Amino acid sequence: MSDKQPPKQIDRRYIFLVLLIGVTIPLIFPLGFKSEVSGLSKQVYKLVEETPANSTVIISFDYDPATVTELQPMAKALIEHAWRKNQKILALALWPQGVQMAEQAFADIIKKYPDKKYGIDYVNLGYKTGGIVTIQAMGRDFKEIFPTDLKGTPYDEIEILKNVRNYNQIGYIMSLSAGDPGLKQYVMAAHDMFKVKVSGGTTAVSTPGFMPYINDQHQLYGLLGGLKGAAEYESLIGVKGTATSGMDAQSIAHILIIIFIIMGNIRAYKMRKL
Amino acid sequence: MSQFMTVFGVWLGAYFTFSIFSFLYKDNPFYKLAEQIFVGLSAGYWFIYTIYSILIPNLFGKLATDFHGNIMLLIPAVLGVMMLIRLIPKLEWISRYPIALVVGTSVGISMLRYTKSDILSQMTATMINPFAMETTVEMIGSIILILGTVFCIMYFYFSRKQEGILGVTSKIGIWFLMVSFGASFGYTVMARISLLIGRLQFLLGDWLHIIKP
Repeated sequence: MSDKQPPKQIDRRYIFLVLLIGVTIPLIFPLGFKSEVSGLSKQVYKLVEETPANSTVIISFDYDPATVTELQPMAKALIEHAWRKNQKILALALWPQGVQMAEQAFADIIKKYPDKKYGIDYVNLGYKTGGIVTIQAMGRDFKEIFPTDLKGTPYDEIEILKNVRNYNQIGYIMSLSAGDPGLKQYVMAAHDMFKVKVSGGTTAVSTPGFMPYINDQHQLYGLLGGLKGAAEYESLIGVKGTATSGMDAQSIAHILIIIFIIMGNIRAYKMRKL
Repeated sequence: MSQFMTVFGVWLGAYFTFSIFSFLYKDNPFYKLAEQIFVGLSAGYWFIYTIYSILIPNLFGKLATDFHGNIMLLIPAVLGVMMLIRLIPKLEWISRYPIALVVGTSVGISMLRYTKSDILSQMTATMINPFAMETTVEMIGSIILILGTVFCIMYFYFSRKQEGILGVTSKIGIWFLMVSFGASFGYTVMARISLLIGRLQFLLGDWLHIIKP
């Protein structure tokens, strides 16, 4: 029997502390790491870029405050890009708190575009329960699903909606999705049934699950994955938002975690040798 | 007053953030209090939200304004009441009917949609000619996609013992699966760190004003 002692286990609270310091410092003193823009984000950008001006587009806010760090910067960047291209935005939510997320995003971006008018350039249709059934029904008749907007204005009295009856009048759908219902349901119902172009952004946890939909069938037109995807989109439209400023911290945290994994493996290797 | 409430809200947010983070050191009363307030608030919020955002606009409001025109809505209303009867133990069986309807409808919709989107479209997307790609990188990527799909499916073929050629291909399939698990782990780490970054941006920006919010 070996008389060697196993290496001492590090108290996990030291790991938390190191991570906290590692993430805090780059937030206060940005390091300016450069990150490459992925092909997936470029596809999303291209979709918005190539959609003609005055097209009506949908941004679906399918998330709540728990994932605001990752998805809200995407929402702001997508609204800004759509408005630069003079596209008209229909905001809706398949998650109840998505309504407030949409309100906040528009309130932030409209400061840069004060000429954009509610009801003419954008409208918030509010929350609708039902998930995939609601998305399917929208393919037949929007008015049936959203008889009024969030403020209670009847559908027919909203300027932006006058020529919108179903998906045939929609340029693309962007779903910012933190789970179900969300992007997956838009792919299944809006794209696969009605052939409308679908794209969007997801939390990093669910990003790998959406990769198979980016294929030559164009089930998805690109994808923004997590904070990195949001930072890439900010970079593409030339905006320095919260996602960009968070990427230095993200990179440092990843380096630290890689170091911890290596240390853990060395320890496991030593333990096996005992 | 509104300025005060904004500042108060930020301080409250900071307090609860620290309370939740304090669990990383060890379990403590601050964490427990924050956790229970969160659970209570969420339950109350959802209860009120369901009434005002779902029941009133979709049911009570429509019935109140045009009862005869919306008489069909009584069917889901009755089904909803039948679902709640579950709370009375003797009549619990009544709730099985609306549950059966919901499950049946969901399965019917999902079967159709999943078959189209997750089986047929995915199979079609894999039936590609890699040698017709524009660039060498795309060609290699397409070959890896086809091989990866085939080998992974072979790993999940259990009707024959995995030995010989099936053993080799299923082992390669495991490697493909491992790579995908690694990618998922990397993305999960990114998501969790993003949550920490979000909280720190709030503390350093909105609360302490050290960085620009």
